[in-house]
Amino acid sequence: MSATVSEPLLSVRDLVKHFPITEGVVRRKKVGAVRAVDGVSFDVMRGETLGIVGETGCGKSTTARLIARLLEPTSGEVRFKGEDVLALRGAALKPLRREVQMVFQDPYGSLNPRKTVGSIIAEPFAIHGLQTGDGARRRSVQELMEQVGLNPEHYNRFPHEFSGGQRQRIGVARAVALRPKLIIADEPVSALDVSIQAQILNLLRDLQRDLGLTMIFIAHDLSVVRHMCDRVAVMYLGTVVELGDNEPLYARPQHPYTGALLSAVPVVSAGRRGERQLLAGDVPSPADPPRACRFHTRCPKAQELCSREAPPLEDKETGTLAACHFPLGQPASGSASSSSST
Amino acid sequence: MTALLEVSDLRVQFATDDGVVRAVDGVSYSVHAGRTLGIVGESGSGKSVGALTVMGLTRAENTTVTGSVMFGGEDLLALPDARLRAIRGNEIAMIFQDPLSSLHPYYRVGDQLVEAVRTHRDATRPAARERAVELLDLVGIPDAHRRAREYPHEFSGGMRQRAMIAMALANDPKLLIADEPTTALDVTVQAQILDLLERLQRELGMAIVIITHDLGVVAEVADDIAVMYAGRIVERAPAATLFDAPRHPYTWGLLGSIPRMDANRGAPLAPIAGRPPSLISRPSGCAFHPRCPYVQDSHTRVDPLLEPVAGEPGHDVACLLDDSRRRALWAELDAVRGGAAA
Repeated sequence: MSATVSEPLLSVRDLVKHFPITEGVVRRKKVGAVRAVDGVSFDVMRGETLGIVGETGCGKSTTARLIARLLEPTSGEVRFKGEDVLALRGAALKPLRREVQMVFQDPYGSLNPRKTVGSIIAEPFAIHGLQTGDGARRRSVQELMEQVGLNPEHYNRFPHEFSGGQRQRIGVARAVALRPKLIIADEPVSALDVSIQAQILNLLRDLQRDLGLTMIFIAHDLSVVRHMCDRVAVMYLGTVVELGDNEPLYARPQHPYTGALLSAVPVVSAGRRGERQLLAGDVPSPADPPRACRFHTRCPKAQELCSREAPPLEDKETGTLAACHFPLGQPASGSASSSSST
Repeated sequence: MTALLEVSDLRVQFATDDGVVRAVDGVSYSVHAGRTLGIVGESGSGKSVGALTVMGLTRAENTTVTGSVMFGGEDLLALPDARLRAIRGNEIAMIFQDPLSSLHPYYRVGDQLVEAVRTHRDATRPAARERAVELLDLVGIPDAHRRAREYPHEFSGGMRQRAMIAMALANDPKLLIADEPTTALDVTVQAQILDLLERLQRELGMAIVIITHDLGVVAEVADDIAVMYAGRIVERAPAATLFDAPRHPYTWGLLGSIPRMDANRGAPLAPIAGRPPSLISRPSGCAFHPRCPYVQDSHTRVDPLLEPVAGEPGHDVACLLDDSRRRALWAELDAVRGGAAA
């Protein structure tokens, strides 16, 4: 990634979001904070897909919402095309809203049930005052419907008349309506059946190619992320623990958490059993994360240093950046520990 | 060897305002002690309704159930409610997808386990309490004594599912039915739970029926796999055979729909066109014909039977294509998928 000469489309630096925990009804007193996102940095290059993986509560969705300015960060910096996004207020936000669009997980909850599909997809045009004139707007919407594989004749139908997969297509049509530069897809296929999931993944890949989109693809499913993404960021308890190109990250994970995550993915073929590298216990609470390296309480390789000093995210010379004092190393030399056996 | 559970020609129909829903439409299978049967299917394939019916949990006014479910020499479908209650939670136990809504929020976890024990056994309260702690310990909950006094909301998702499994095991069941036991869990927790189920089966020798939409999960734990579509089993085989030499186009479609960790990631996914049919108006002939790429004229009229594949014991398929054609088609598909032989 250091070889890329062009400047990144999006650059995130030390992004932090703490949700306050309060006590008391009349006089609300802050007693702590959920550190949902706690110092996240990465770049997204033009035309690429960056995957963010991690388990429930790791902060991946919060990160997405911070970038889209749906949440206000506690601190940090988000630059889109070199411009400081967090400094934008009011009307100045509108161009950003046009160029950064989201696709949400739940195709049932993210579409207004009282509006027709036509008006749902046309809403971005209405908000931004584009394609005025009923004829033009209707034509654009029907083109979009065609593009995402919906029947344009269903323009006047309501969301409940569509299946889950079709609803997700509606969500995608709405997101690409304004020809955005960046699409943030937050678990776009998690609610769908496998056969439908593949249809939506193919659609996203086709659209990205045809429209030259840049994408942040958030998912908990590592095989889906491997399929979709050029680069991958692995998050654990609000921090990025490993970041790198798809191929080396999956082939030679450096962070023990990445290794454990990969070995936990069920392999769809017969005859592989009993090689899972199990992590002990549960993910600690983000309201009270472990000191120093956050993974040290569950890490099979943890040593005393890990509870004393937080490891920086640095180049491990295997193709990825990892935040670990004792990375897994090359698979051949890492035989002492049970690195990913997939 | 006689089967522990023998389901024959099970049919479950629900009368609704929109028409008769034929949720399960002639399903037969058997499960042997110490073995694991995986039932795979998408939403609405009838996989859960079939399992609920075995447990007698679909007995309602608008429901018609025919066929037989033989367990220990008795037809469970013909048993009066009281007798069924004596078997349910005792000799046959079930765990569900969502452990939070399966546990009572108001009672301590230990007390709920005590109830499960005392419903079926003549145990004193202290003896049942001891058993409860022993069960929590068995399923790998650390500090079981203390955790038994906690409420479900104090447990993490994985711990709740462990508690549910403990409750299911309270009376040493011969058969455990697990309906999407890991769907709500993160992948590393899923690995822990699958590992636990395998260990318990080894230690206790019970039979397991695991119902899931995830081919990866059945690949990990099942000895035999049945694939359901529109209320019927369309293919059944030992796990190795199902992944190495599947014979039904729907199974091919499912396998082609999932991004695999060992496949070439440049290749697009091969999803199944369309979506699952309505169970109110099942398509004529082969129910898969509207989505099948190899459909022929006669397939819209003739209903395929689940028949043995020549030369492959334990492998049955309900498909009207002839066997040599199916072999040739699969060989072609397998090669296209990058020859990603595991």
